[in-house]
Order: sequence, then structure tokens, then C-alpha cells
Amino acid sequence: MSATPPLRPAVSLPRRAPWRLGLYVCLLGLLVWPRLGAAEDGWRLTGFIGAEARVFTRTPQFPGQADEDAYSAILQPELRYTSGDQRLTFVPFYRYDSVDEERTHFDVRELNWRKSTRDWDLLAGVGRVFWGVTESRHLVDIINQTDLVENIDQEDKLGQPMINLTLLKDWGTVGLFVLPGFRERTFPGVDGRLRTPLPVDTDDPQYESGAEETHVDAALRYSHVIGDWDVGAYYFYGTGREPRLIPDPANQRFIPYYDLIQQVGVDLQLTAEAWLWKFEGIVREGQGKTFGAAVGGFEYTFYQIADSAADLGVLLELLYDDRDETAPPVLFDEDVFVGLRLALNDVDDTQVLAGVVYDPEDEETLFTLEAERRLGEHFTAEFEARLFSDEPSESPLSAFGRDNYFQLQLAYYF
Amino acid sequence: MNWKKLNKSPKALLLLLGIAIVSGGAHAIAETPEQKGFAIAARSDRTDLGFGDSNVQLKMVLRNAAGRESTRRLFIKTLEKPNEDVGDKSLIVFDSPADIDGTALLSHARILEPDNQWLFLPALKRTKRISSVNKSGPFVGSEFAFEDFTALELNKFNYKYLRSEACGDLVCDVVERQPRYEHSGYTRQLSWVDQSIYQVRRVEFYDRRGDLLKVLTLADYRQYQDKYWRAHKFTMVNKQTKKSTDLVYSDYVFGTGLAPRDFEKAVLRRVR
Repeated sequence: MSATPPLRPAVSLPRRAPWRLGLYVCLLGLLVWPRLGAAEDGWRLTGFIGAEARVFTRTPQFPGQADEDAYSAILQPELRYTSGDQRLTFVPFYRYDSVDEERTHFDVRELNWRKSTRDWDLLAGVGRVFWGVTESRHLVDIINQTDLVENIDQEDKLGQPMINLTLLKDWGTVGLFVLPGFRERTFPGVDGRLRTPLPVDTDDPQYESGAEETHVDAALRYSHVIGDWDVGAYYFYGTGREPRLIPDPANQRFIPYYDLIQQVGVDLQLTAEAWLWKFEGIVREGQGKTFGAAVGGFEYTFYQIADSAADLGVLLELLYDDRDETAPPVLFDEDVFVGLRLALNDVDDTQVLAGVVYDPEDEETLFTLEAERRLGEHFTAEFEARLFSDEPSESPLSAFGRDNYFQLQLAYYF
Repeated sequence: MNWKKLNKSPKALLLLLGIAIVSGGAHAIAETPEQKGFAIAARSDRTDLGFGDSNVQLKMVLRNAAGRESTRRLFIKTLEKPNEDVGDKSLIVFDSPADIDGTALLSHARILEPDNQWLFLPALKRTKRISSVNKSGPFVGSEFAFEDFTALELNKFNYKYLRSEACGDLVCDVVERQPRYEHSGYTRQLSWVDQSIYQVRRVEFYDRRGDLLKVLTLADYRQYQDKYWRAHKFTMVNKQTKKSTDLVYSDYVFGTGLAPRDFEKAVLRRVR
């Protein structure tokens, strides 16, 4: 499918077990571990167990989708062993979903060893890295693959095998990333809601690289704080996290196709009194025509509104993406995001974020409401609603036209 | 983040030394209430200068009007900046409640402008630069505003000596102070500074309407390295809502060898 010669990775990993690197590193770490030092050192087990109900208000749009509400159980323990400037971290994740067997899944979010000194730190194993500043789209965030079955907001990520060296210099922070082993994006199964018209067959992915999921990707990032500005810029080379979806009508499915890409990205934030001005931009080469995309806007906060302790933030962001049909589909090509963030600043940390993404061209809207609070010392409740406009159109968002849902999650943190 | 350590400023100290020399050498020179108030605040400050850096555990107990309690545990690292034009740096890491375990707040205090602050959210591994003009809002739902922790640099206030009176077993000077910085939630504060070890024992906070809002009591003073006094129990009572918050400090460690680089934005990633 591509003229690019396959690139052979320097490190080859067993298939289907991308977190094995983390396991080896941690076992090695335990063998050569120094003796215990400071008082805060030692083992620590935290994490949460949760239950979730996702209620769909309408019957599904596509054949095969189950016409029922989804109930889930989620478990994410976090085990850490700290000794001096070194730490082992293990964070497995499991979700059981009553409807979609693809949403029932296990992942190793983290399994790594980190050594942190004053001027550098080194992380080896499976880790999670976040880059970016905007709220409506996490455009520049690229190290970790999206765990799409978790949520279409793309904030849930799969653990990524990595060796990450970070250098702290007077002139900024430099991050070097070697990423041996690719994680495929998760997609809803045939039963699941919030999916493409035909399900994506994750058992049969295709790659531009002959090394397939063992291709070693790399990234270099620079970031710095200059007065009121926080700036970051990076270069990424490797298998793109967003697959193109190749129709396979004969088998009633899409096949994910992962291209080799090069991407540069920039993220900026200016913090000025109650204003946060934000910008993210990328240029990507390797998926059809080279394209650019950007998100930019502001968040302004009114503090202690109406003589209360509550803060109200107003968010406005413009989204732009000039990719064409040769690139993977994108939900937001020319859109406006308007949001309100209410923080009560109470004992229970009650917060509400409501927002609308509007596409003036397709006249499509996506409304989102997220609310969360603590219940007592150990429980939290999170409510989420997403409502989609139901206009038939060419846009990928129209596939979710009948998937309005309300979701409630209760979690116990330990 | 600690009440005591915030009261200091070398510049003001020089001024104080000048005042001390003048007033100590010649009591005949009349001292205005403003000068005396400043001198008392500055003397209290001086007892704390030069601690370098510290680590401390903090337990916060939040109590509503009905007496229902909620607890937070956090760890605070502080780096004293010898040059007061730059301000101190602090890193707060939350242990509990469990759902905010690993949440961290990095602050680079500044004297006249808003501080620089970053929040680390461990669930997303996301570091966010946040606005810090919100000095008077509650800190993590407590009765302490952020300015109650960080705004007590000596020259952020105008001072006025009011009177001396008994405070418990001690004698205290009562000094009024008015915030000079923008965005304060207070019109004025009254502070009680004892005449024995020159530590703040009580503070009354008056809101923007001029009404009494909160009363802070500082207790359990202990001395470290034969120099630095630290109160280990702070009790803030909101007189208008009847809510209260206790801060209980423990396991102070000084001179741990922290450096500015330990307070860079990039270290937040290491918290979790």
C-alpha cells in the first residue's frame, strides 16, 4: 500500500505484549535495588474501583449495535515502590462492559522505573505522557495511543512502552523519547455505540512500516517557562496514532491502517491575571497531503462570583484542521468551542464543565456536560452527558447522531 | 506555605535594623504608631530569616457548622529565596483525600505581581499553569484563603501599632495591618504578636465590608536549630459561617539541601 521501504526496528518486541519492556525493567530494578532510605520511601498502594452506567436515550443507528444501556465495572490499582531518587510504578487497568466486548478490556497504564536527579530523570518501561494546554481538543498530545472505547473525548490513553530521558537545563527542559512498540487504538465492537457506521476490526490492523507494531518511534521535545509564557515544541517520527480507516464492505468492517508520519507541534500558554490564552498547532506529513491543524482560545475566570466561594470560567476556543480525505477522519475541522467551568471550591471539590462544539459549515453541534464531586472521604461521583445534533451529513460526527447518552460513575478511592 | 516563614523580607529587615538602631539608641525620638507597628512585625520576621529550605507534613481538618469533619494530608517543600524580589518557592503534594492523591501545586511567589503557579493532575499526567489572582478564594475547600498562606511578606502590608495587652500567659502587641497588594479579600487584619519570642499568636481578618470574618489562633510553637520558631497548630474559625479549619504541622526538616531546580515546572511530572 505504500512505496516507503519498511524500517526495521533496532529493538524487536514480542507481539501483543507491549508492556513487556516495563516488566523486564522493573524486574531488573528490583534485583539491583538500593536499600531503603528516607522515611517516605517504601511501598504504597492506591487507586480506585468504580461502577458506571451509560444510558442511551435513543435506539441505535447502525445494524449490530445493541439497543441497551451499558453497565461497567472499572478497577485501577496503583502500586509504587520508592527508594531515594528511584521509583517503580505499576498501574494496571481493567474494565468490564455489559454490552461491548471490545470495551471490556485490560491495559497496563504504567509499569516503569524512574530515576530522578536534580538535573535529569530517566523513565524506562510503560508510561504516560501528556502534552498540551487546550480543553476542547488535545491536538499535540501524541506519545500515548488513545483508548477510544473509554471515552470519545480522547483523554484516556493506553500505556506506551518508552525510554524517556529528560534534561533540566537553565535554558529549558529537553525530553528525548524512544518508543519501542506501538499500541493500536481501541475501537468499539459491533455491539457498541459511539462507533463508525461499520465497526473497526482491530484484529487485523495494517501498517505502513514492515516492522508493523514493533517499529521504534522517536520524539524530541523542548519546553520552557519564560515569564508569563509556557512554551513547548516537539518533533515526532514514527507510526501515527490516528489510523486511516479502510472500508472493507465485503466483510462489513473498516480496517485500521497506520501510516508512518512526521509531526511537529507547538503549544503555548500566556497567563495574564485571570486570563489564560492558549494555542496548540501541528503540521503532519505522511498521511496523504501534508496538513496543519490548530486550536486556540482563552479561558477567563470570574472569581468568587455573587459573593460566594465559587469561580466561574468562560472558555472559547477555535478549532481548525485542513486535512483532506486522504488523512484519517477528524471530528473537528472548522469549529467553535464555547464552555463554562464552575468550581464551587467546597469541601467536596464540586466542579461542572459544560461546553458546546459547533461546526458552522455542517451546522453540527456536540454538547457536553461533566460534573463531579467527592462523597465523603473515599467516594466520588461523576456525571457526564453528551448530546449530538442529528442532522444527516458527510461529517464523521453524524455517526453519533443517535448516541446521546447520560453517564454516572461512582468510584471508591483507596 | 507556612505562616511563620512568610513574614520576612531582607529589605524590610534592613529598614528595621535602621529603626532599631535609631529607636534603640535614642528612645527620645518619637515613634509613630505606623513605625512601631512595622517594627513589631519586622522583629517577628527576623526570628525566621535564613532557614534555607524545609520539608513538612501537614494535616488539614475541615469542619462544617454541624461539626462534620473532612481531612486532607499534604507534604510541603519550601525553598527560601534570599533575594526577596524573587519570592519563595513551594511544592505541595496531596496524599488525601484519596481521589486527589498525587495532585501537586507548585508556586513561585512574587512580591508585587501575582505568583506563578502550576497544578499537576496525576490522572491525566497534565501540568496546568493556573491563574493566581484568586488570592482570597478558599484553599482546597478550607477556611484558609491562599493569601492567608502566601501573602504575609512583610512589605505587602501597611502597619499600625494599636496597643499591648495580655494574651494567655503572655503579653502581646496588637498591630493592625492593611493589605497593599491587589485582589485581597480583606480590608484589614489585627495581629497579636507576643513580647517574649515575638511570634504571631492570633490574627483577626476583616472582610471587604469591614466585618469580622475569621479568627486565626496559632499554637504549639517549637524552635528548630535554636533559631526558627514554628507554630504547629493553626486554627481558623470563620465567624460568619461557623466553619473552621485546623492545620496541624509535623515532622519539620530544615536544611534538606533543596535547590531552585527542585522547584521547576518539569519536576511536577515526577510526583506520580
